[in-house]
Amino acid sequence: MTKETKQERETEEMVLQLSDLRSWFFTAKGTAPAVDGVSIDVPRGKIVGLVGESGCGKSMTAMSIMGLVKRPGKVVGGTITLEGRDITHLSKRELSKMRGNEISMIFQEPMTSLNPVYPVGRQVQEAILLHQKVSKEEAKNQVIEIFRQVGIPEPEKRYRSYPHQLSGGLRQRVMIGMAMVCRPKVLIADEPTTALDVTIEAQILQLMKKLRDEYGTSIILITHNMGVVAEVCDNVYVMYAGKVMEQAETFSLFERPGHPYTQGLLQSIPRLDKQEKRLYAIKGVVPNLLHLPKGCSFCTRCPLAEERCFTERPELYNVGEEHKIRCFRYEKGGE
Amino acid sequence: MEERREWIKEEGGSLEAYIQAEQLGEEETWKDQVKKLVRQNKLAVFSAVVIVLILLAAVFAPLVAPYDPYQQVLQDRLLSPGAEHWLGTDELGRDVLSRIIYGARISLAIGLIPTTISMVLGTILGLVAGYYGGKVDFLIMRLADVMLAFPSLLLAMVVMYTMGGGLVNIFIALSLVNWAGTARIVRAQTLSLKETEYVEAARSMGVKSWKILYRHILPNCLPSLIVLFTLNIPSAILSEASLSFLGVGAQPPSASWGLAVVRGKTYLFSEPWLSIAPCVAIMIVVLAFNFLGDGLRDVLDPYLKEQ
Repeated sequence: MTKETKQERETEEMVLQLSDLRSWFFTAKGTAPAVDGVSIDVPRGKIVGLVGESGCGKSMTAMSIMGLVKRPGKVVGGTITLEGRDITHLSKRELSKMRGNEISMIFQEPMTSLNPVYPVGRQVQEAILLHQKVSKEEAKNQVIEIFRQVGIPEPEKRYRSYPHQLSGGLRQRVMIGMAMVCRPKVLIADEPTTALDVTIEAQILQLMKKLRDEYGTSIILITHNMGVVAEVCDNVYVMYAGKVMEQAETFSLFERPGHPYTQGLLQSIPRLDKQEKRLYAIKGVVPNLLHLPKGCSFCTRCPLAEERCFTERPELYNVGEEHKIRCFRYEKGGE
Repeated sequence: MEERREWIKEEGGSLEAYIQAEQLGEEETWKDQVKKLVRQNKLAVFSAVVIVLILLAAVFAPLVAPYDPYQQVLQDRLLSPGAEHWLGTDELGRDVLSRIIYGARISLAIGLIPTTISMVLGTILGLVAGYYGGKVDFLIMRLADVMLAFPSLLLAMVVMYTMGGGLVNIFIALSLVNWAGTARIVRAQTLSLKETEYVEAARSMGVKSWKILYRHILPNCLPSLIVLFTLNIPSAILSEASLSFLGVGAQPPSASWGLAVVRGKTYLFSEPWLSIAPCVAIMIVVLAFNFLGDGLRDVLDPYLKEQ
């Protein structure tokens, strides 16, 4: 593939593009680069996974896209492009118009994502009234319709239910309904199934896939669960300490995980088909963002670290079709 | 049934899950809650009834009171309680019961109006301080600290001295004095509520700040505000009585209870009912509001509810 055609393809298909995005926290103790030069391409109608441990910058990336980064955090560099439009520096009014309408988000805790003092139907109705010029009656019909689509039984009755009257799975369905009701181009799901049990998790993932197929919405799925990634994602970005460590198509990533960190993540999935005495765990913890190592940010925990890893920072190296790895071992491409 | 089958087929869920989802919907309504309140909190309900009765007596004072509270009948001075005058008469021959009933108007107005004004003020300032933070927060809360550090009765007295006595000035003085406590409580609640995920979710839906404040944060503050309201009323009533007692509040010939206490003081040993009657009236109203507030807190406070 020549460079030109590839570029053409990218602008044509990519709904959302982050390039070299940097969101930093300015604390009293110093600057913490929570998101440090992240570039992500989200193709239309695809599910992109964002994987990593807690505190690696996944959620901050999502918040940066939504323009919801709070002080002392700030987006300090890079661009976010939605269908060719730069949305990095929008005014408050423009942001309000975009949020929920073009990009919407669902959160980890379905227990607390809904306001306890209003019936759930009204909360979804409000999302519609916020972005569409329709009558209340019409909005209500839309709510009931979306409730039916996200698999909420007896939508007319649930319309009047309060959040505490619904189970976690139902609440997450309501949240997904609220996020999808304006048919956004991109849905950001921040650990949507972490708080749910596995059977409900599978149903919610199925639902998201179904909605993706029906509406052609692109989904950014933030998770720390490699199983979830394997289940639904088309492309995966593995993040560590604010940087993308490896990016690949899901199949390729699971087939040939290149970065030691990715390998560690994959090994630490409990498996039933292998007899292992203990579950593998990556040693150590995510480094303090205020005191990142001078070289590769993973060097302190990397089992394969060499001298060079401690002094120099690796780039993202191409190792194959759409597969990039940030590790010196792949500097010359491939193995 | 049709819907149920469809749901189960589409979602791969079990019948059990569906039924559970269905049953979860059947929860107590507000009517049940009222019933529960009546059952569990008899004192609060009784207090509420007392308050309503006093309120009715105050509103319909001209019909309820046996005599004109301002009419002086000098030959009937300082009569003991009896069949004609249930609570006797004062040093100017005015019927004490009638004056108590009319005094309820003043006390309830003092309890309700400045409390409402100060709480609305305090709520707005608390919401703004908590939500926007930064310099605004600093400014509002330091002002509140100053207000709270200063003895409120003294401050009210200063206001009354500079502006003169009279009901309207009492309203103003008490409104100015009492907002700080409310502002503090609302700010604290706002601080925790603005970090909740549904506020974050609302922001991610593109809801504007002021709308988040009054649609999402304020309603969640309401339970504590209602309790605070019922507890602020008696303190305002007591403040008015104190101010009037000290001579900077209501002025004669007002039927204010505080004023009645101070006038009866002179006759404390010979005709004690002149002081005791308004004192008992103040006590009943204050206790009723306090009991009601406690009862409401038990019902509205989610943490107490769970225990």
